[in-house]
Amino acid sequence: MPAPIRLRELIRTIRTARTQAEEREMIQKECAAIRSSFREEDNTYRCRNVAKLLYMHMLGYPAHFGQLECLKLIASQKFTDKRIGYLGAMLLLDERQDVHLLMTNCIKNDLNHSTQFVQGLALCTLGCMGSSEMCRDLAGEVEKLLKTSNSYLRKKAALCAVHVIRKVPELMEMFLPATKNLLNEKNHGVLHTSVVLLTEMCERSPDMLAHFRKNEKLVPQLVRILKNLIMSGYSPEHDVSGISDPFLQVRILRLLRILGRNDDDSSEAMNDILAQVATNTETSKNVGNAILYETVLTIMDIKSESGLRVLAINILGRFLLNNDKNIRYVALTSLLKTVQTDHNAVQRHRSTIVDCLKDLDVSIKRRAMELSFALVNGNNIRGMMKELLYFLDSCEPEFKADCASGIFLAAEKYAPSKRWHIDTIMRVLTTAGSYVRDDAVPNLIQLITNSVEMHAYTVQRLYKAILGDYSQQPLVQVAAWCIGEYGDLLVSGQCEEEEPIQVTEDEVLDILESVLISNMSTSVTRGYALTAIMKLSTRFTCTVNRIKKVVSIYGSSIDVELQQRAVEYNALFKKYDHMRSALLERMPVMEKVTTNGPTEIVQTNGETEPAPLETKPPPTGPQPTSQANDLLDLLGGNDITPVIPTVPTSKPASAGGELLDLLGDINLTGSPAAAATPSSVPQISQPPFLLDGLSSQPLFNDITTGIPSITAYSKNGLKIEFTFERSNTNPSVTVITIQASNSTELDMTDFVFQAAVPKTFQLQLLSPSSSIVPAFNTGTITQVIKVLNPQKQQLRMRIKLTYNHKGSAMQDLAEVNNFPPQSWQ
Amino acid sequence: MRFMLLFSRQGKLRLQKWYLATSDKERKKMVRELMQVVLARKPKMCSFLEWRDLKVVYKRYASLYFCCAIEGQDNELITLELIHRYVELLDKYFGSVCELDIIFNFEKAYFILDEFLMGGDVQDTSKKSVLKAIEQADLLQEDESPRSVLEEMGLA
Repeated sequence: MPAPIRLRELIRTIRTARTQAEEREMIQKECAAIRSSFREEDNTYRCRNVAKLLYMHMLGYPAHFGQLECLKLIASQKFTDKRIGYLGAMLLLDERQDVHLLMTNCIKNDLNHSTQFVQGLALCTLGCMGSSEMCRDLAGEVEKLLKTSNSYLRKKAALCAVHVIRKVPELMEMFLPATKNLLNEKNHGVLHTSVVLLTEMCERSPDMLAHFRKNEKLVPQLVRILKNLIMSGYSPEHDVSGISDPFLQVRILRLLRILGRNDDDSSEAMNDILAQVATNTETSKNVGNAILYETVLTIMDIKSESGLRVLAINILGRFLLNNDKNIRYVALTSLLKTVQTDHNAVQRHRSTIVDCLKDLDVSIKRRAMELSFALVNGNNIRGMMKELLYFLDSCEPEFKADCASGIFLAAEKYAPSKRWHIDTIMRVLTTAGSYVRDDAVPNLIQLITNSVEMHAYTVQRLYKAILGDYSQQPLVQVAAWCIGEYGDLLVSGQCEEEEPIQVTEDEVLDILESVLISNMSTSVTRGYALTAIMKLSTRFTCTVNRIKKVVSIYGSSIDVELQQRAVEYNALFKKYDHMRSALLERMPVMEKVTTNGPTEIVQTNGETEPAPLETKPPPTGPQPTSQANDLLDLLGGNDITPVIPTVPTSKPASAGGELLDLLGDINLTGSPAAAATPSSVPQISQPPFLLDGLSSQPLFNDITTGIPSITAYSKNGLKIEFTFERSNTNPSVTVITIQASNSTELDMTDFVFQAAVPKTFQLQLLSPSSSIVPAFNTGTITQVIKVLNPQKQQLRMRIKLTYNHKGSAMQDLAEVNNFPPQSWQ
Repeated sequence: MRFMLLFSRQGKLRLQKWYLATSDKERKKMVRELMQVVLARKPKMCSFLEWRDLKVVYKRYASLYFCCAIEGQDNELITLELIHRYVELLDKYFGSVCELDIIFNFEKAYFILDEFLMGGDVQDTSKKSVLKAIEQADLLQEDESPRSVLEEMGLA
């Protein structure tokens, strides 16, 4: 049998192969030769053959038949054999193979070999791929070697011990005695690996951690070593670009981090050295920055004093300006970790962070985006949103969904005005409409419903947006819903925010029908469109027949969802036409189920100049619905007429009240949808004690009834009754509904009710239902007062009434003292 | 460190060192995937990327990519230094190392790596010390058989 070809020869040959097939052929031929050589138990060439096998394995070819041969090589006396044998074991064997256990004995012997390089091979193999059983068997040997004076072996034993501990954590105790003097070594290899070992032990076991802190006084030792490294002169052996042993410095800093975490004493002991490293390390090369980076991580994680923390953040700030993008990336990652705890310090670097949004690197962009969202607050929302929207436009698709969600969240929290909020939503829907998450659609709809005065503007913008393109499903869904709800505002051209467009009812139905027909529309979208068309039957006047026709067509749609809707809507037209208007009423303001928690008052953080919209007086135009409506609805039987919100706020009002079950509303038929009835609502002069602080709390999730009502005033035929409601969730709030009735023969007109309460209370007066109290008790004016009584004091109220009656102006003042205890206790 | 890979621009694997027990099949899959991701990176991009639940640090030296997968708490910047140190060791050993050296002497590249790192951590921070150990181990090999025999075996 000729000698097997040499390794280099084989490599050369294989590389000449021009095709994959040719290569495979060569490999197969050689494998066959190797196999037969193995069968012959040829000791001389085993090493060469296994080496070749390893090469072929790296190319991707199977080499399992060489596993046992590796074991034979390991068992050989020759160093050359052992070297290749152990390499083969590390490459071909892993702990899943039963074969590898056969190594245990060989390794044991080799750990005690007379030649340190053989011992080294054994330690290395055990330390890289030893299974738990092997580790258990051989831990004792490793521990012995950890105590040797031979630094070459000691350093390897330390890392091997790390692996053993990882595989069999219970064995950690056994290495403890050997660690006693590890840090006294001069040899940097031993120092480094010892620090790694100590790190592993401290990370895994709180007991060990405590032990090393207290008993071994590890921190002072580490501080001493680190100081020496920094202060000592040039040491060529360990120098990297002028820095002495950066690997060791970084590892020490990492161990200090673990020791200092949640421990004041340790943190204090390392304060000085951290400051020293932070200020003295050369930053011109990557190696210096690597040390600074680790230092920053340590400072932020331990209980460091604020001066040190500021130093750390400033280092990160400098990193952000570094030309090296690796450094910038690392800075962004670290800032993201610290933004919660050191928010203000990070805010100072906001503009640099925002610039990173324009970086070419995907990883940096992502970090910058996450960090930007963390930094948005009421003060910088406008500027930040501009940047973020621009980013949304231009970023890679993988970011768009996250970015869109983040923008919605930020907008919800910090929107400076409703108009801005709507505009931002529109911008996101139109630029990244198809990436918006599905759950965003209901949230957006809720938001739009609650932005009562923006309805006309919103529906107009949405309509224009889908006119051109109705392929982005989330956008189309929101648009369809809005058109269904506010289509009447659209065709009547009532938009105040921008130039109203001329749209006919037919044109609106055209677009909705296009959405219905389009192949791009999903089933869900079609459902939205159909329902929208149906709703318009009560809002439009000329096209009801057309709507009827459309609805009846879809009664035979293949899509079951659509079919069901259409059939039900048809029934509504035919048999339940009298209910139709009630069922399809304008949606009331919905309860917000935000993730932020119900009582979060939106911070305006000094943003005192309201946007132009907010300073407008209460509009006399189309009246928005507000919380009061819901309260009125819940009390049952009252006219649902819109009510002006008290003070135009710069905070988006979060609404209280339940989402009404549409069918449950049947009892209230007769009253038209809470569509705008502009003429009936008067201007109220706002009494000076009105407060809007109550508006951000959702009220009346639970109603307590059963508080007796009182007659607060009864004079000259005018009677005012108070009825009460308290919330279970917020017992300091009492809602009083007043009803004014007139028993005289003539109407009382221009009726204004005002109220005042003692200083410890807060009062909010909502708009009255009308200003005319009709004669002969044929009707009432209803008005809602909300009283905040945090100190639970006895409720007292002074009221002032002004009205015109029988041609003369009347005015009266009265005190109300007969509040029932249940209304304020 | 979980593993280190060396591969060429054409996607040919030149060295793979795994510090975590994984099956051959799983390894192949990960290598293929990671190679694709790294090779798709443009030259101006930073050396770090997130892949699966790991951080990957990579650097290109001539025609070879050196790629390390590290864990969440590991320092990326020092890993770059680690890669550089390994290249320096190879350079010193082979004398102006190039990809061919590593192709034809892959086992030596492994020996050097195993002298420098163990279990993913640095054994010795002194370049001199590591090189000396390799040198002495090589001598040991030579002592066992005269050089010519080693050459014949194709191992020198």
